[in-house]
Amino acid sequence: MIIKQLSVFLENRAGRLTELTGILADNDINISAFSIADTTDFGILRVITGKPELAEKVLKENGFAVKITDVIGMIMPNKPGGLHRALQILTDNGISIEYMYAFATGDDRATAVIRTDTPQKAIEVLQMHKMELLQTGDVYQL
Amino acid sequence: MIWNEHHECMGRDQLATLQGERLRQMVERIYFNVPFYRNKLQEMGIEPGDIRTIDDLRKLPFTTKQDLRDNYPFGLFAVPQEEVVRFHASSGTTGKSTVVGYTHNDILMWSEVVARSLTMAGVTKHDIIQVAYGYGLFTGGLGLHYGAEKVGASVIPISGGNTMKQLQLLEDFGSTAIACTPSYAAFLGESIRDAKLDPSKIKLKAGIFGAEPWTEEMRAQIQNLLGLKAYDIYGLSEVIGPGVSMECSYQKGMHIFEDHFIPEIINPETGEVLPYGELGELVFTAVTKEALPLLRYRTRDLTRLHVDLCQCGRTLVRMEKCVGRSDDMLIIRGVNVFPSQVESVLLEMSETRPHYLLVVDRQNNLDTLEIQVEVEDQFFSDEVKELEGLRKRISGNLTSILGLHANVRLVEPGTIERSMGKAQRVVDKRKLS
Repeated sequence: MIIKQLSVFLENRAGRLTELTGILADNDINISAFSIADTTDFGILRVITGKPELAEKVLKENGFAVKITDVIGMIMPNKPGGLHRALQILTDNGISIEYMYAFATGDDRATAVIRTDTPQKAIEVLQMHKMELLQTGDVYQL
Repeated sequence: MIWNEHHECMGRDQLATLQGERLRQMVERIYFNVPFYRNKLQEMGIEPGDIRTIDDLRKLPFTTKQDLRDNYPFGLFAVPQEEVVRFHASSGTTGKSTVVGYTHNDILMWSEVVARSLTMAGVTKHDIIQVAYGYGLFTGGLGLHYGAEKVGASVIPISGGNTMKQLQLLEDFGSTAIACTPSYAAFLGESIRDAKLDPSKIKLKAGIFGAEPWTEEMRAQIQNLLGLKAYDIYGLSEVIGPGVSMECSYQKGMHIFEDHFIPEIINPETGEVLPYGELGELVFTAVTKEALPLLRYRTRDLTRLHVDLCQCGRTLVRMEKCVGRSDDMLIIRGVNVFPSQVESVLLEMSETRPHYLLVVDRQNNLDTLEIQVEVEDQFFSDEVKELEGLRKRISGNLTSILGLHANVRLVEPGTIERSMGKAQRVVDKRKLS
């Protein structure tokens, strides 16, 4: 249930992201989903990939500050109220979200990647409410 | 252990007599052999006979780095070329480098003061010493080399850089002492940690570090990483090179070898000589030097001298770690800033390492200071608020120490250039425009 997300520190510098995507491409690593949090001076790239360990290794070898972060992937129906229902469950159970990003997969469903301090508890309450969660193996299919 | 008890533990009066006699001979030598000094002394109405005791020192003119540049390369030499057996030269980042020369006797004297220095760090003939200062025009490598041979230690003349080889020899040869710049020592220590070498294979017990300013926090860090006792050695090529002064095991400042190098502290603005204990610019007269005997050479280093007796038994004055080099000092919005202050702040914080760069610029006629600090893997959080929090903590700590707002910028690891010799810590863009 826990998905290994790759987090990379990026200086705001022209071409830096392109260098990173080049390294991933050269190592045959596919990006399934990603988001960038940006501030004036730096950005944090968050990547979901089927090969997080390999990606961590090759990026470290190329001098990036990289970290593997545990996240969960929440699967929702891609229709009005889908996200709201899921968030309501988390809120009602006192689970706060550090950050999230979402993407639709084209098959009437959408996935939200969620970072919380209490991922195990989040998994439990979502499962209790019959919410579908992204499995590690699913990441390859995205 | 004291290498030369006679000279290092001499009574102060006896020392003053020796210094006076040596100064008298030196002034005679330069008056007759260096036109630059003869002209200067004549302009001031001083004849060699006027200088009899050490108290006459303050009548004499100063020598500056600019004087060396103006007389490039050999204009201030007091001996003909055939008596010079070696040259060294400074890196000369601004303008021409400064050239220094040594006679055979100068090399012997230099080996003697470095031998005294190494003895202070406990180095004996039973030690294997890795000399990881650069060999070449820089005085560090050869200076330590000759002194180490004089004490009879086994010298590994590996020079600077080539880190993998350094680590290999530390392990295979079992080096018990190392001499290099403190920034390179820290880098070596980190490399040992990163390479996950077995610490029990590292036999180092003493490190002799100098040639750039460093802090007490950095000493603790190096001692921790390398498992040795870190000693501060001081010197500059214009005076002799490393071995002008050195810390004894009590580490209450660096003992200056005053029988060869007479120190003074002056007010850098007025040239007035200040009493012991006051902060000012350090000035040296190398009374026994033959090839390049400089009168009252202004080092630009700011420090204090202490004359009270040291527990080690040496009577030689001790100089404090230099507060900064007036060349390194930046004046930003009227505030004096030394890179060493930034370093001590970063070393005190557990989340940062001392890899930093100061970038000074001027925008709309106002000086700006940006301090780049590397984000290390283990402190990297993927949450913006954590990184922003870290950035603000660094900035807050720096602002309180520097007395000036510093904009901190987090940069990727490894992007600030590592130094194998003297570290480049400052980019001052104000000078470029």
